[in-house]
Amino acid sequence: MAHITLPDESLPGIVGLFNFRPETAAPLQLLAETLLRSSSSLTSGERELIAAYVSHLNNCHFCHTSHAAAAMAHLECDLALVDDIKNDFRQIEVSPKLRALLRIAAKVQQSGKEVRDEDVANARAEQATDQEIHDTVLIAAAFCMFNRYVDGLGTWAPQENEAYREMGQRMAHTGYVRFPVLQD
Amino acid sequence: MPHIPLPDHLPGITGLLEYSKETAHPIRLLTQFLLRGENSLSEGERELIATIVSHNNECKFCTAAHTAAADILLGENETCEMVKQDIDTAPVSEKMKALLKIARLVQVSGKAVTPETVTYARNAGATDLEIHDTVLIAALFCLYNRYVDGTATVAPTDPQFYLGLGQRLKDHGYNRLPNGYDHLKKQNQPS
Repeated sequence: MAHITLPDESLPGIVGLFNFRPETAAPLQLLAETLLRSSSSLTSGERELIAAYVSHLNNCHFCHTSHAAAAMAHLECDLALVDDIKNDFRQIEVSPKLRALLRIAAKVQQSGKEVRDEDVANARAEQATDQEIHDTVLIAAAFCMFNRYVDGLGTWAPQENEAYREMGQRMAHTGYVRFPVLQD
Repeated sequence: MPHIPLPDHLPGITGLLEYSKETAHPIRLLTQFLLRGENSLSEGERELIATIVSHNNECKFCTAAHTAAADILLGENETCEMVKQDIDTAPVSEKMKALLKIARLVQVSGKAVTPETVTYARNAGATDLEIHDTVLIAALFCLYNRYVDGTATVAPTDPQFYLGLGQRLKDHGYNRLPNGYDHLKKQNQPS
C-alpha cells in the first residue's frame, strides 16, 4: 500500500499519483512527452531505452518495466527482450553513439558530478551532438526524479513484464499527456 | 567549462533553461506550482526542502541559490544553515523536521523512505498532501542537481550573485521572465 491514501489504490506506480494530484500530473506528463516523444535526432525508442536503463539502475520496477515496454513497442521488439536492458544490451541493437550516451546516463544516475569530460568526448567521438548530450543528461536526471517520486511514496507495481505490454504500447503510441496543462 | 555551449551570462540552471526552452517549460510549470503555488507549507519551508536535497547532492549552484531564496523568505539566515548541518537543532516545527527527514531520504533513494518515517511525519501533523509534495519537491531537486552538475554548468563564486538570484526567485518565482534574460548580458547580477 502507498504511504499516502490514494483515491484509487488499484492504479499502479505513477498513475495512482497522477490521480492524487492532477496539478502536478499535468507538467510531469508534459515533461515526459517532451523528453521522450517530441521531435529529436534520438528516436523515441532510444530515449525510452535511456529512461528504462536509468530506472533499472535506480531499482524502480514500475518505471523500468513500463518504459522498457514502451521502448520495445517503439523498436518493434518482442517483450521478452525487456530483460536485456538489465543485461547490458547484449541482444537489443544499440549503436555505438547510444552506448556512449547510456554510459553518460549511468553516471548521471549516480551523481551529476560523475559525468567527466572524457565521457562527453567519447559520446562526441561517436557523433553525438550537443543537443543529444543535453537530452541524455536531462532524461537521466528526470528519471532520477520520477523513480524517487514513485518509490518514495511507496506505490505498488505489477511484477510480471506481461502486465506492462499494453501500458508500453499506450505510452509509445498514444503518449503521456492525459490532463490539460495549466499555463503560467 | 560546461559540457555543452551555454550562454556566458546565465550560469547554473539559468543557462540550461534558456538552452532548451521546450523542456524548460514543463519543468518551470512544475516548480512554480510546487514551490510557489497555494500550499499549507510556506514558501520558505518549501525552499528549505529544495536546499537540503541540493546540499546533500553537493550541488553548489542549487544549494547557494535556494539557501538565498530561503533566507530571504524566512527573513533570517540561521535556520537554513542549521537545517543543512543538523535538522534536529533547527528552529522549525516538529512536522517540518519530519518532512525534511523524508526529503533527505528521497535524496538517497525513493526506496529509503520507510512507512515508519512517514508515520512519524503524520504523527507530527503532516497531511498526505504535504508528504506528497515533500517527496516530489525532493525528487525534483534530484533532477535539477543532476541537470546542473551533469552538464558541468558554472557556479559563480561571488555570494552577491546568489543574493540577486534569491531575490529574483522571491519576486518572480520560477516562471520565465516575460522579456527573457538579455538584460543580464550587460551586468553580472541577476535582477
